[in-house]
Amino acid sequence: MATKILLNNIEVPGLANFQVYRELGGYTALEKALKTLTPDELTDEVKKSGVRGRGGAGFPTGMKWGFIDKQSEKPRYLVCNFDESEPGTFKDHHLGEFNPHLLIEGMILGSYALGVKDAYIYIRGELFYVMKILDKAIQEAYANGFLGDNILGSGYSLNLYCHPGAGAYICGEETALLESLEGKRGNPRIKPPFPAIVGLYGCPTVVNNVETIAALPWIVNNGSEAYAAIGIGNSKGTKLISACGHINKPGIYEIELGLPVEEFIYSDEYCGGIINGNKLKAVVAGGSSVPILPAELILKTAAGEPRLMSYESLADGGFKTGTMLGSGGFIVMDHTTCIVKNLLTFARFYRHESCGQCSPCREGTSWMEKILMRIEGGQGTMKDIDLLVNIAKHVEGNTICPLGDAAAWPVASAILHFREEFEEHVKLQKCPF
Amino acid sequence: MQENSKVPEFNSETLDLIAQIIKRYPEGRQKSALLPVLHIAQAENQGWLSPGMMDYVASLLQIEPIEVYEVASFYSMYNLKPVGKCVIEVCQTGPCWLKGAENIVAHFESRLGIKPGETTADGKFTLKTVECLAACGTAPVIQVGTEYHESLTTEKVDQLLDQWKAENKISHKNPYL
Repeated sequence: MATKILLNNIEVPGLANFQVYRELGGYTALEKALKTLTPDELTDEVKKSGVRGRGGAGFPTGMKWGFIDKQSEKPRYLVCNFDESEPGTFKDHHLGEFNPHLLIEGMILGSYALGVKDAYIYIRGELFYVMKILDKAIQEAYANGFLGDNILGSGYSLNLYCHPGAGAYICGEETALLESLEGKRGNPRIKPPFPAIVGLYGCPTVVNNVETIAALPWIVNNGSEAYAAIGIGNSKGTKLISACGHINKPGIYEIELGLPVEEFIYSDEYCGGIINGNKLKAVVAGGSSVPILPAELILKTAAGEPRLMSYESLADGGFKTGTMLGSGGFIVMDHTTCIVKNLLTFARFYRHESCGQCSPCREGTSWMEKILMRIEGGQGTMKDIDLLVNIAKHVEGNTICPLGDAAAWPVASAILHFREEFEEHVKLQKCPF
Repeated sequence: MQENSKVPEFNSETLDLIAQIIKRYPEGRQKSALLPVLHIAQAENQGWLSPGMMDYVASLLQIEPIEVYEVASFYSMYNLKPVGKCVIEVCQTGPCWLKGAENIVAHFESRLGIKPGETTADGKFTLKTVECLAACGTAPVIQVGTEYHESLTTEKVDQLLDQWKAENKISHKNPYL
């Protein structure tokens, strides 16, 4: 069995209650850190653990913390990104609902390391019921002396609050999230300056994903070396993979990074194979934004090596033959799936979610959706396929935030790997599925 | 822009809740409470944000009305037009589509006799399509108020609709309470 860092005890009834969490060893990492580690030592532990941002970008967390402006006399903030909205991704939802204290303990640890006095959990508005679970857990943490003034007599004080969004994928982009937390439209900011220098209310701020924060208690309890010993290469530790689509066992799995993709899809411990004994056609391995790969390339790299669930192995081959680990939103499609129609749902999503600031994204996402509607509806031409590729190229890299790239990559990769299916739609003047 | 002739006013319990929420943000940053307060305001106003209600929220937070309008129009959870008593939001993004979301939408359409974006003539139901609700492992998924309903089938939709009709379901309730 793989090491469980995040989903350990997740099935224990009542884990969301303070007493149950505490009896299972909860808040011991916080006690240990406050008694034995200085904030800098804790930051060093996180650096040495090699844990990377689990929201999708995979940026080393310790390094991100290291950028925070310590010269500034302004207050510092830690904000948890719980805006989970990337299609195919539902891991944070699960973690927050069933183990809220793990996230809270992680937030206190992170805040202590960064010298933060007020921290926020920004949660997407649709998950209001999860926010209420978190709010209740936060009240329990206050009542037991783990939040508030002078935590456990350490002299360290912290307030932690939840803040709901209101339906906007773009607020998962960290500067849009900060705008939203300030009560504004979720328009991403131009960077630099990065939030570590100018973040929430113009103050130094770190924004970390739920899963990243939730790994901190284990790292403190077991040490950075133990964490770094799990995984492969620069993909240290475990990752939550939320698996969905045409598989026998959709759900949230904690894997040690480096697990072969084939084992993940077919083993009964994980996805349990494709439904109805169908043939695997394609996988979107890291949330809707990452390039789609056909069966042969998700199972093996272009060089014929087994593909592994790790940042490096999934990216092997670049965008020609590889993809990305992303958020761990693992969407599996069997041979009955129309790649064009699936892509159309993604294109509609990005058109809907574009904030509209940058013309290439605002216009490009709309054009891509319209052209895909035309092709799927049987009115497309061969030129439309090239036009899609051309638009994707002009959106990618030409926007303030990565939403443009996220909208372009699925289009470019679907045409790269499944061009004949687009052509078939044009030739038949209808969807062949 | 006043549409409601009556100027809205929250009761003291709601005003206390809003005062508590404002305290979560630093002094002078009460605008941060705008999204939470708009959720409450919408629930208190039959599920939508009328111009009068938005003006009232602006006055509560001591910000300009335009600061409320531009935010309310940005986020998809805020309704700027009247809605039915029970708003049904059906996820239609890739993972739900793969698991038959189109059938679920079609079934709601035929049972309610309306298309997405429309409200039944009796004002009881509004049907909406929405984007990914982060519950893809139990697709297809719908949201009604703060409730998720997952792993839907047409039979489950029938059960839910019968239940909601029987209980005169109201989806807009103050989510904090």
